[in-house]
Amino acid sequence: MRHYKLFHVLAALAIVCLLLSACSPAATPEPTQPPAPPPTEAPAATEPPAATEPEPTEAMEATEPAASGGDKTYVLVPKNLGNPYFDTGNTGAQEAAEELGVTVLYQGSATADATEQIQLINSLIAQNVSGLAISANDADALAPVGQDAMNAGIPVVSWDSSIATEGRMLHINQAEADGIAAVQIQMASDLAGGEGQIAILSATSTAPNQNAWIELMEQELEKPENANLELVATVYGDDQDEKSYNEALGLMQTYPDLKVIIAPTTVGIAAAARAVQDENRVGEVMVTGLGTPNQMREYVKSGASPQFALWNPADLGYLAIYALDALANGTITGQPGDTFTAGKLGEYTVLEDTSVLLGPPTVFDENNIDDFDF
Amino acid sequence: MTDTPSPAQKTQRPTLINEFAPRRSFLARFQRWEWMLVALIIAVIFLNSRLSPFFLNGRNISRTSSDFMEMGMMMLPMVFIIISGNIDLSVASNLGMCASFMGWLFNQGVNIWVAALAALLLGMLGGLMNGLLIARLKIPSLVVTLGTFAFFRGVAYVLLGDQAARGYPAAFKYIGQGMLPGTLVPFSVALFALLALIFGLVLHKTTFGRYLFAIGSNQNSSIYSGVPVERIKIIIFTLSGLMAALAGLILAARFGSTRPDIGTGLELSVITAAVLGGVDINGGIGTMPGAVLSLTLIGLMRFGMGLLNIQGQVQGIAIGMLLILSILLPNIIRQTSGTKALLKRQVFWRVLAVAGIFALFFYFFFWSRAPVLAGG
Repeated sequence: MRHYKLFHVLAALAIVCLLLSACSPAATPEPTQPPAPPPTEAPAATEPPAATEPEPTEAMEATEPAASGGDKTYVLVPKNLGNPYFDTGNTGAQEAAEELGVTVLYQGSATADATEQIQLINSLIAQNVSGLAISANDADALAPVGQDAMNAGIPVVSWDSSIATEGRMLHINQAEADGIAAVQIQMASDLAGGEGQIAILSATSTAPNQNAWIELMEQELEKPENANLELVATVYGDDQDEKSYNEALGLMQTYPDLKVIIAPTTVGIAAAARAVQDENRVGEVMVTGLGTPNQMREYVKSGASPQFALWNPADLGYLAIYALDALANGTITGQPGDTFTAGKLGEYTVLEDTSVLLGPPTVFDENNIDDFDF
Repeated sequence: MTDTPSPAQKTQRPTLINEFAPRRSFLARFQRWEWMLVALIIAVIFLNSRLSPFFLNGRNISRTSSDFMEMGMMMLPMVFIIISGNIDLSVASNLGMCASFMGWLFNQGVNIWVAALAALLLGMLGGLMNGLLIARLKIPSLVVTLGTFAFFRGVAYVLLGDQAARGYPAAFKYIGQGMLPGTLVPFSVALFALLALIFGLVLHKTTFGRYLFAIGSNQNSSIYSGVPVERIKIIIFTLSGLMAALAGLILAARFGSTRPDIGTGLELSVITAAVLGGVDINGGIGTMPGAVLSLTLIGLMRFGMGLLNIQGQVQGIAIGMLLILSILLPNIIRQTSGTKALLKRQVFWRVLAVAGIFALFFYFFFWSRAPVLAGG
């Protein structure tokens, strides 16, 4: 009998829910239903009175991207959601969308995992979107699904982290891997005073861009001017804040003489800088690598991370959408030598390896960090 | 007159195994969880086909169905294992180890089919190791497979490190990407259907299957009744290893490449699918059709939500709510149909409560779409 009351409460709840669900869902399916059979009809004409209300019009765009002939819907796919780096890429992409008069959706998987990302891209292909810009969680695993998309007539570019050549038309490269590796070793050398122990805190051990950079950094260290820098360890924080933090703590404990931690990932660098601060090792251990100004401002000023580098991810997202639009319009086909104009960024040329290079990375320190806001 | 004792005997059985209780009347038959799943699948198909014009499209369904087959392959032996009162957390790691082993052999220049066969053997070996530790040393399966969960994945990283195996021949990629000639049915789906049929028959039509239920209901009495408990445990864990390896081959073929993190985290999806299918996590209860239906439901829900651009995290919430419902509902049904002493009013309230949770679920289903539809 004690449960009796519980069921009364549940039942009351149920009735409320039934009432609520009777009101609201009815509104959602109705506007989306009519455009289903006639894809050639202009769907905007079916609901002119809704123009003042944002909800139904947006519903139309979300579920009905392909059917509306002139309106293009591109999708910017990050490695995972909730990563400020990719979110900043999205602000650039939205800016490009506004200039081009297209819609850009920002859709990602919950975790940085190839299996989930492929599921997501399959559902985007099913919606017949006008183009995909993907930051790949696995260069090879994403290639078959990229081919599927292209076979379905959907142009595919990769940005930030590339898909293997056969699975995309263009890769929007944030910076040459050489340049990134060189600038990071240069910063590490400056901070360490030319000699001492350094360590690398990377993202996942399978991330293609991370591995390329680490390899090039190792080559950079073999040069005579870096002979006194010793790379003692490479650890992986999986782009998770807590794991990166613990890996950084581990590095400081294992190598008491460690001078510099290089973290070529935005999650890792902030976690490592926080770890240095929490351990009161500011000035002894210095963190550098790739980070965003807003996230690193505090650590630049405290001295935990006196300098770091990055390209502007907003520009990267912006360029990716312009490149995708040029492909979708047939302005370019993705052949080496093709040129296109990307709004405020100017003219770009497709390189030999079917990639487009954004430009050199910027080094941020306490003199210039306040000029940036992303 | 000779017939009367046996029905009396039969009515006694339900008190021993509760799952038979609802079978007594026509109405009670429809209270079985499988029918709930069928109803949910119909509801999901109906709603999604109204919400997205791309949902009921053969090519789209075909493309998305193969995304769930690796999960399905591992779910089949997982049903056996959970019914027997055990659990296998190491399946996805075993998948990763076997796929990486195959990739490593392929990188060494070994023929892909030989490498695939070797991977299947390695999977069986991994499963056998689980089985021996659990059955012979009497360590709880949760602990053993938690250990091998880390161990197998570690082996995968030792084999491939940060390298990838790629460039598999087209004939091998067919098992993950190809379709049956002249149809839209992916090869992996056809293979899964065949295996599901075999596993279902073994579970529900053989002595071996009955033994699994017996072990899961009461292991000690099974031992004293002469059920070869140890051997059966070793067999099901070895089988689980084999299927994990097979899933690994299919996933590698679908990706066209292998990296050591392949399939990370799939074990929880596999267990979710089995439990949502009405397999009791405490053992002794469960059906193969239920598990297959729940896999279908999860696949259709994820696909439908994906088509409406609902974020992955929100999809997780919806699946999680469904899972809680799946545990709540059969409990309530068992309570209401088991004892005659219940008041009719009480039954009424309970049914209403379940209806309320359903309503809450569907309300959430729509609510979760609202922010996406309203602002991307």
